[in-house]
Amino acid sequence: MTVYWLCFILFLVGLYGVITRRNLIKIAISLSVMEFSCFLFLALIGYTEGGVAPIVDTADPVKTYVDPLPQAMVLTAIVIGLATTAMLMAVIIRIYRKYGTFDIREINNLRG
Amino acid sequence: MELAISVIIIFMILGAIYAIHASDILSAVIAGGIVGYSLVICFLLLKAPDLAIVQIVVETITLIIMVAVVLDSSRTEAYGKFDTQAWVTAATAVVILAILFWFLKEASAPLAPFGENTMRMADAYVNGAVDKTGSVNLVTGVLFDFRGYDTLGEATVLITAVLGVLTILRIRGRK
Repeated sequence: MTVYWLCFILFLVGLYGVITRRNLIKIAISLSVMEFSCFLFLALIGYTEGGVAPIVDTADPVKTYVDPLPQAMVLTAIVIGLATTAMLMAVIIRIYRKYGTFDIREINNLRG
Repeated sequence: MELAISVIIIFMILGAIYAIHASDILSAVIAGGIVGYSLVICFLLLKAPDLAIVQIVVETITLIIMVAVVLDSSRTEAYGKFDTQAWVTAATAVVILAILFWFLKEASAPLAPFGENTMRMADAYVNGAVDKTGSVNLVTGVLFDFRGYDTLGEATVLITAVLGVLTILRIRGRK
């Protein structure tokens, strides 16, 4: 169970960054840390002790495989994570061009 | 196995904490790369080679995008003094995180211990998947045959994101 708890701590470190930081780039980094901890948690759940990678060897088919289902789901989630990160960085570039800063307090003050 | 993965996760936590507190944005981005590349090693240890390949490509692309954005703009973080509001925010965050950690710990209690996964759902996919899909890689079989519509939706999300990025970067803002 220790690995699960460490995984939660990694998620919470990312959440702490999102709550307390004022720099947009650091918020983006913290969001991707939270994403990675979710991927890691799903991959941890699917692991079977003594299992091999889920690729069938037709010459010797009787083997224990690790669970292929969470791996397929995480594969989808990783690619979508890349798409959302790219979108987030595009928005951040626009904000920087308009306000000249990454600091969200300054952006708040400049509204109007 | 559990010990090795624990050590790598602790390394990831340290990298994430440094990334959050670094005063230079470029070193924060690089320290964020520690987390992503350690995840690749974790995936390899967890016998997920497909995930490791995809993650290393995705992490490299993300790092390139972030470094390009940072180099194009100001690198130092305008911290100022650590004022009262920052202390209040940090204290509130720590309290929220402690409560959340307790809930996550309670929620993980009914899970099977690490390494004793029972494969309740995947049996239907694993048994006879080679005959049904013709793919020896079970992950590919699940992704492109059993759950093909899911992958179609993923491609739709990707195209939407690309269109969104192009739209955001091309329009001229109100001065």
